[in-house]
Amino acid sequence: MTNPVVIVGASMGGLRAAETLRKTGYAGELIVIGDEPHAPYNRPPLSKEVLAEHVDHAAVAFPLGEILDDVQWILGDAVVATNLDHHTITLASGRVVDYGTLIIATGLRPRRLDELGRPATGVHAIRTLDDAMALRAELNPGARVVVYGAGFIGCETAATATKLGATVTVVGKGEVPMLRPLGRQLAEDIQRRHEAHGVTFLNNTRIVRILGDDHLTGVELDNGQTLECDVLIEAVGSLPNVEFLEGNDIDIESGIHVNDTLHALHANGEPWANVYAIGDVARFPIPQFDPKTRRVEHWNIPTEMARKVGRQIALEHGDDAEAHAAEMAKEFTPIPSFWSDQFEVSLLAYGLLDQGEDVRLLEGEVGGDCLYGYYRDGKMVGVCGIGMRQKVMSYRNKVGLNFEPE
Amino acid sequence: MTLKIHVDMEKCQHYGQCVFDAPTVFRLNEDDKLEYESTADDSERDNIQLAIDICPMQAIKFVE
Repeated sequence: MTNPVVIVGASMGGLRAAETLRKTGYAGELIVIGDEPHAPYNRPPLSKEVLAEHVDHAAVAFPLGEILDDVQWILGDAVVATNLDHHTITLASGRVVDYGTLIIATGLRPRRLDELGRPATGVHAIRTLDDAMALRAELNPGARVVVYGAGFIGCETAATATKLGATVTVVGKGEVPMLRPLGRQLAEDIQRRHEAHGVTFLNNTRIVRILGDDHLTGVELDNGQTLECDVLIEAVGSLPNVEFLEGNDIDIESGIHVNDTLHALHANGEPWANVYAIGDVARFPIPQFDPKTRRVEHWNIPTEMARKVGRQIALEHGDDAEAHAAEMAKEFTPIPSFWSDQFEVSLLAYGLLDQGEDVRLLEGEVGGDCLYGYYRDGKMVGVCGIGMRQKVMSYRNKVGLNFEPE
Repeated sequence: MTLKIHVDMEKCQHYGQCVFDAPTVFRLNEDDKLEYESTADDSERDNIQLAIDICPMQAIKFVE
């Protein structure tokens, strides 16, 4: 194998990959490239603490240990093209970087709705620290806020904005917020808790126009109604950052397709020997569920993938072929894990809830602390609770389709 | 060598992710609140580092 190892993406996945490479003994050249100007930082606080408190990059930055002293950082320069046959990537600045091994951790970007109208100010999304800081500047007490999209980010942001004194309406195309992952009973329960705090939900509704020239004045809905508002937050899903790979023989349909060793794949399914993808941008198999591949936008996934890839590459560069072979053969079976805080509701979940066809209230009650199991073919594929953390955690190692039904 | 561990309980939201990586150090009590050992044997270093990395609130650190 030749140097250097180049990591594209300087968020949590890229950082953990760099750390693991060094810890596992890779001492060669290591370059981490990020499109944002900031060193790696923690994103979950963006929809919560960063909006609610006056915190800056230092408050959310990941500590960079001495082990990373020899890492070369290229920040504020996005990757725009790559040639996988010639092992080069091209950055927005025009700089060309050669790699021996490439780790792609470019993540996602929010889907934006420019085609519906784009006033100069007032329309926001939340993915980066700069996004959150720009939004915070407009989230004043009394502001009329519309959140478009009733998923987790949308609902968390609605709760935070309400706590800041804004008047919040959540517009969602589904029948109930967060219906698909959580199931109807829990989703309706959480909607009622939001409503008790003053949040308004317009379900089964789409925005068809965003109004205003200089500043946002309102949104037009598909039922003909117009909602006047000062702030619009677009929380309508994400797109994988894969465009820089176009023109190469690589499967980037719905994210970068990787195999069980997290190698990126040619269109014919053969792996690229020196190209990996990790984190939100990767579409990968979780064998304890099913043979399908999927992107999993959950907290623990980038770190777990980064550790596996980092160890594999470091050992490949080392002189212990046996250790490398053992690492390559080690099955990758992460257990997706996520949480969400919305007002007093603190959700903790494991598994793939959206794979559940049958959702059962296992403990507790609607409106209070509760624990739901998500089942497919009689097997538990996910567990989610409000409160009851110890009990939720006790199910963590039991979710998946390879386990015997109860 | 003994390791010293500190959790910023202002930041901690009791998600319990650390419990899986370093169960000898971190646990949730009956009220689902985090409890932890403020010292640990050096043999636990790697596990505690995993817990530090995976903490969603980045609330855990080694005390030098």
